[in-house]
Amino acid sequence: MTTDAKLTRRLILQAGAASAALGSPGLLWAQSNSIKIGLIHPVSGGLAYSGGQGRLGCQMAIDAVNAAGGIKSMGGVKLEAALGDSQSRPEIGVAEVERLHQAGVSAYIGCFASAIALAATQAAAKYNTPFLIDVGVSDLIVSRGLKNVFRLAPGFGKCADDAIIALGEVNKAAGSVVKTAVLVHEESEFGTGTAKLLAGKLPSINVQVAEVIKHANPTRDFSNVALRIKGIKPDLVIMSNYQNEYVLLARTLHQQKVELAGMFSVLGGGFNYKLVKEQPQVAQYMMDFNHWFNPRDPKAIELKKKVEATGNLFTFEVYCGWNSVMVYADALERAKSADKDKAIAALESSRWSNHFMPYGETKFVNGQNEGGRAALLQATATDIDVVWPNQFASAKPIFPRPKLG
Amino acid sequence: MNDNTRSIGWPLHLSLLTLAVMFPFVFSSPFIVNFGVLALFYAFIGQSWNISGGFAGQLSFGHVVFFGAGAYASTVLQLRYGMNPWLGLPASAVAGAIVGWIIGFLSFRAGLKGSYFALITLAFAEVLRILVNSVGFTGGGLGLLIPAKPSMANFQFAERIGFYFLILALTVISVAVAVWLRRSRFGAQLAAIRENEDAARALGINVFREKVKVMVLSGAMCGVGGCFFAQYFLYIDTTIVFGVDKSVEMLLVSMIGGAGTVYGPLIGALLLAGVGDLTRVLTDVQGLSLVLYGTLLVIIIAFLPNGLIDLFKRIGQRFKQRGA
Amino acid sequence: MDLTILGAATINGLLIGGIYTLVASGLTLIYGVLHIINFAHGSMLMLAMFGVYYLLTIFGIDPYMSLLIMVPAMYLLGFLLYKLLIGRMAHGKDENILLITLGLSILIENLALMFFKGNTRTISVSYSDMMVEVGPTLVSLPKIISFGAAMALCAALGLFIQHTDTGRAIRAVAKERVGARLVGINVDRIFAISYGMGLATLGAAACLLMPIFYVSPTTGHVFVMVAFTIVVLGGMGSFLGAVVGGLIVGLTESFGGLFLGESLGQIGISLIFILILLFRPSGLFGAKR
Repeated sequence: MTTDAKLTRRLILQAGAASAALGSPGLLWAQSNSIKIGLIHPVSGGLAYSGGQGRLGCQMAIDAVNAAGGIKSMGGVKLEAALGDSQSRPEIGVAEVERLHQAGVSAYIGCFASAIALAATQAAAKYNTPFLIDVGVSDLIVSRGLKNVFRLAPGFGKCADDAIIALGEVNKAAGSVVKTAVLVHEESEFGTGTAKLLAGKLPSINVQVAEVIKHANPTRDFSNVALRIKGIKPDLVIMSNYQNEYVLLARTLHQQKVELAGMFSVLGGGFNYKLVKEQPQVAQYMMDFNHWFNPRDPKAIELKKKVEATGNLFTFEVYCGWNSVMVYADALERAKSADKDKAIAALESSRWSNHFMPYGETKFVNGQNEGGRAALLQATATDIDVVWPNQFASAKPIFPRPKLG
Repeated sequence: MNDNTRSIGWPLHLSLLTLAVMFPFVFSSPFIVNFGVLALFYAFIGQSWNISGGFAGQLSFGHVVFFGAGAYASTVLQLRYGMNPWLGLPASAVAGAIVGWIIGFLSFRAGLKGSYFALITLAFAEVLRILVNSVGFTGGGLGLLIPAKPSMANFQFAERIGFYFLILALTVISVAVAVWLRRSRFGAQLAAIRENEDAARALGINVFREKVKVMVLSGAMCGVGGCFFAQYFLYIDTTIVFGVDKSVEMLLVSMIGGAGTVYGPLIGALLLAGVGDLTRVLTDVQGLSLVLYGTLLVIIIAFLPNGLIDLFKRIGQRFKQRGA
Repeated sequence: MDLTILGAATINGLLIGGIYTLVASGLTLIYGVLHIINFAHGSMLMLAMFGVYYLLTIFGIDPYMSLLIMVPAMYLLGFLLYKLLIGRMAHGKDENILLITLGLSILIENLALMFFKGNTRTISVSYSDMMVEVGPTLVSLPKIISFGAAMALCAALGLFIQHTDTGRAIRAVAKERVGARLVGINVDRIFAISYGMGLATLGAAACLLMPIFYVSPTTGHVFVMVAFTIVVLGGMGSFLGAVVGGLIVGLTESFGGLFLGESLGQIGISLIFILILLFRPSGLFGAKR
């Protein structure tokens, strides 16, 4: 036998020993009497910001539950965050599902991106571990018949439907100034899916889709898109894209002085307090149909202050994560156990309503919370208001927006 | 590039295979089995890169083009035309081979070598990605979801171990191909081309034809990797299967393990998958795990320019010198 | 198609091309001289842009004023990076340098993530949104300034390479490494200077880009492929090539977007890349190899 062979063999035996150590359950994590929740967010890679925000929301919620005494029906057992990083890639998301399963998690929360969620939930299904989707709008996620998947927030189907209703009402109240719209969307499943749904439904509120513009990720320059829009002269531009392109496009349209009744986005990636702060002229009057908290609920305002005190923005990823922890904690209270079947049953029968969202009572049908809904938001020069639905609104919509000077 | 003049003997191949077969039974935790699947997956696609990049010396940065072609070929045929999912394996091989032929033919006909060839493969990958993302029947921007119906007939194993043995079989085949390349005339011709194309031509080797052949072979193998990926994860879109990440991985596992060696990609894959999992434990600080990963990469390349296999050889030589 | 739209698209294409030229000019120098594909180019641009961002938000220094700080700072960074890291670890093999720059780019991007966090930053200075009427269209003033700066930069670099001693040494090393060493040129030092200069141009690009763009740890990826295309199209090592290449790529992107849609239109850039490599790999102005 050659020396190479001897060596490689020795190495493999050593590797075997190492992986045995890695493989034995409990060795890596000290045995502790807490309920571990695996948090799988894209905290590195292209989606790092959203991932970080999602994780923050989950961690704060876990801390809050523990501070209030843990899961009381289980004797005050505390929750524990088991952190994961999907690195913005589905196969790593799956690897994290496995790693965290090894660490003994009782549930997962994740994944921000739909593509990652699809793969990760499928992997978790093998263990029948409850998987709560904090953000991840593709409706494919909840239509595969997986019993372990639960999504509190609305998917893009519901968002598109409600956005149309909201737009219809706002338009009508303004005297039906919007008759034509141009849709601009990013090229992957979020943008394509949302735009497709919207294009199909806009005619029902008497808005004609003049054009659908699909753009690449990333897009470095929107001058030509602005050019085309100017040529078409629509009343409304509706955008569905991720943060970077959202901001660039909005800025370009503003700079090009494109005359519109308004800029509307559905699940807009860049519509947040930062945009209002960094680009107030651009943000003013923009409308977004997105996950948002109930501005009239003091619990929301309190949490907002807490999050902002940590130097972070109160973005939807934060409270969607927070809510996912809370609905799971509620299920644990009712199930009196972290056993997976019991937890899933408790989630299925959940009527959790102690949230600060414009949702009704929780009701999961095939994993989708029927009570979840997004809201229509509008930016002012300094803040963001909810302008629809009325029972949660903090201001009236300014529509159409004032003509550009 | 490595030049192992001593071949690896049958006893070693067999003992490694035995270990690999026993592996999921000894360490039956799903985490380890999944780790095994991923490591073998990277090893397999890495080996496909190694065949053209390591053995034939034609480095490519856009190898993912074959991967994506295979993934989409098998998935589209399955979903849109009701083809039996198992036929996805040959279908993806054919798709990868065709793309390999096109790219090889065009690039080598134009005499591209070295970094020029590497860069053009990158461009081809991007072209195919954009095209696939723009047409309806591939799902376009929405991607393709394979309905989960676990059963052997559907090429969806209910237990991970099924996938493990499949990817193990594929990896064994890829290793066999690599061994064949080391011993065959074709492989010798590729080695000659790798070392000095002009000399090889002077020796009477039809350089163009052999290079195209290796691209076809490499493309076919990589395409099969794409099919496997689609069946394992059940969802593909153009960013996932045509993204530059996979190209980088294929290149990395081979070069870190040892390009042009039979087991290089396997060692590299084991290392990268292992390092990946280990560093992700350090995820408390955003980005820390990848900082470590990047640092390790730089260190390994800096100190082991010929890959890890080279390290083992050197250790082996040192043992020999001490009369072990 | 409406002539006004075509005219506007042409102007848009030229202007964005100018920005691409800025980013590509450093890359072409590094490739031309060191023959390394600098994968870390994008992440260096990102670092420079963060530099400009923090100079403004912490010290209140205007991005255009930051040129005086960023350009020398990036030069120093590049020089040291080469001397301490890249030069030492390269072992002369092309593939290894490539992998090292790849490893570096992963390292830098994630260090940025660790320290700066993942959120996208934009800035707004008094001239960020200033528009100028150019023919049928409104054009962003910072873009026009960037265009001018790109042309000036490449002209300056071109003159430097042609008429100074260091420039001649750089040309010598680029053409014939061994020979250059034989005539007494300190090749390693020239490499370090070239790498430094390459990064210095990124410093300039960052200052010009920040008023109109955004920065986050992954911003590097946005420009890398385009920069490579331009370097290959224009010819590695040619600044005239970087200018012409940049303009051609900008125009291609603009018209591609106009006629094929903004998503499919991106194919134009990759197709040009392929065509040039197949039919004229040395690029428009590159030396024949």
